[in-house]
Amino acid sequence: MKTSSTNERDTKNIPPTTYYQFLEISVRELLIEKGVLSDEDIRNAVKEMDSRGPELGAQVVARAWVDPQFKQSLLQDAPSAVKALGLEIGPVHLLVVENTPEVHNLIVCTLCSCYPRSLLGLPPDWYKSREYRSRAVREPRSVLLEFGTDISDEVEVRVHDSTADLRYLVLPQRPEGTGHLTEDELAALVKRDSMIGITEVCFSAI
Amino acid sequence: MIPLFQTGNAVRVRKGSPPGHIRTPFYVRGCKGVIERVAGEYRNPEELAFGRFDTPVVPLYRVRFQQQEVWPDYQGSPQDSLDVEIFEFWLEPANPEKT
Amino acid sequence: MERDLTSRSHHDMGGLEAGHIKPVEHNYELWEKNVDALLVLLTSMSPKLMSVDQLRKGIESLPPDAYEKMSYYERWIFSITQALQYNGVLTTKELSRKLEEVQSRYETEKV
Repeated sequence: MKTSSTNERDTKNIPPTTYYQFLEISVRELLIEKGVLSDEDIRNAVKEMDSRGPELGAQVVARAWVDPQFKQSLLQDAPSAVKALGLEIGPVHLLVVENTPEVHNLIVCTLCSCYPRSLLGLPPDWYKSREYRSRAVREPRSVLLEFGTDISDEVEVRVHDSTADLRYLVLPQRPEGTGHLTEDELAALVKRDSMIGITEVCFSAI
Repeated sequence: MIPLFQTGNAVRVRKGSPPGHIRTPFYVRGCKGVIERVAGEYRNPEELAFGRFDTPVVPLYRVRFQQQEVWPDYQGSPQDSLDVEIFEFWLEPANPEKT
Repeated sequence: MERDLTSRSHHDMGGLEAGHIKPVEHNYELWEKNVDALLVLLTSMSPKLMSVDQLRKGIESLPPDAYEKMSYYERWIFSITQALQYNGVLTTKELSRKLEEVQSRYETEKV
């Protein structure tokens, strides 16, 4: 499944110009020459990464919204629950944290950029930025506000700093007025940012 | 390896930070928190970072901190929290609050 | 609670003051995806040729101005290259010869 982040400039046409681009070519060619890996291995790995996007996470969220038993098993043992759904997410130690009327969750990796890539694709630049990594743990509410998310004082904001082997996915709250939507329609509402916890899922009946 | 701590235990994060690869963030060192869960056993990243791939697994915990206790000037709700994954050797028992 | 400011590493930035978050993202270029793919492959082989922890440590070793100036995948390829040398997968000499060859290959094409 192709994601919207696939780069159309992905290409052979633009020559390398920087030292680091030359370094990438050098390391890659040397490893191939030595038989450590093949060009096909690399192309397959790139293709695999390109196939990962937030649509996968959205599928999990939508299922959790419509199926309370799935949701319980997801919260208890996310890797097994997701596997039972038929999704291959690799050996990731996934923990799903649920937004409720009492708690709003936000994910950050202050030390680098740990992120549930196999469910959301590659992380956006802002998630890896100094500004987000520094401020999300200390002033989460003002960080949320910058993204248009206003959490009331009665709700606990809980920040998860992804410092070790776990990877986190936020299960956002299902918006009001969506009772009539199909599971696919629900999944289409769930954007990447809501699974990081920086936004909520919105729905407006047209 | 039997975990030293269980869910609900009050713990304090240790402070000694030599040069090396450390996954316990600076901001939480010396802070008091509560074990939110025993998160399993994983190989020590501090050793893996030096190429010692067969280093043994050690217990990892999710520790919950109250934001107001981590940041003296925290601007948010008193119930706001911060969960951090911390390896066992970075934790020691804390004296639980009497009140 | 005491804080010892001298022991804080540059990458360990949780809680520091910083400006507004620019909600930018860019489509990854092929060379960046190649770097990512290399890391995934090298760390998932059996036996693995490097660890993701070595990747992180190498990045953390960058001096502050380099850390800030280099882009995300520039930091990665720098660190991957260091780790592969440390682990004996590639030698510095091999890299040096190859880099010379690659640079002159593209510089010749420019003419």
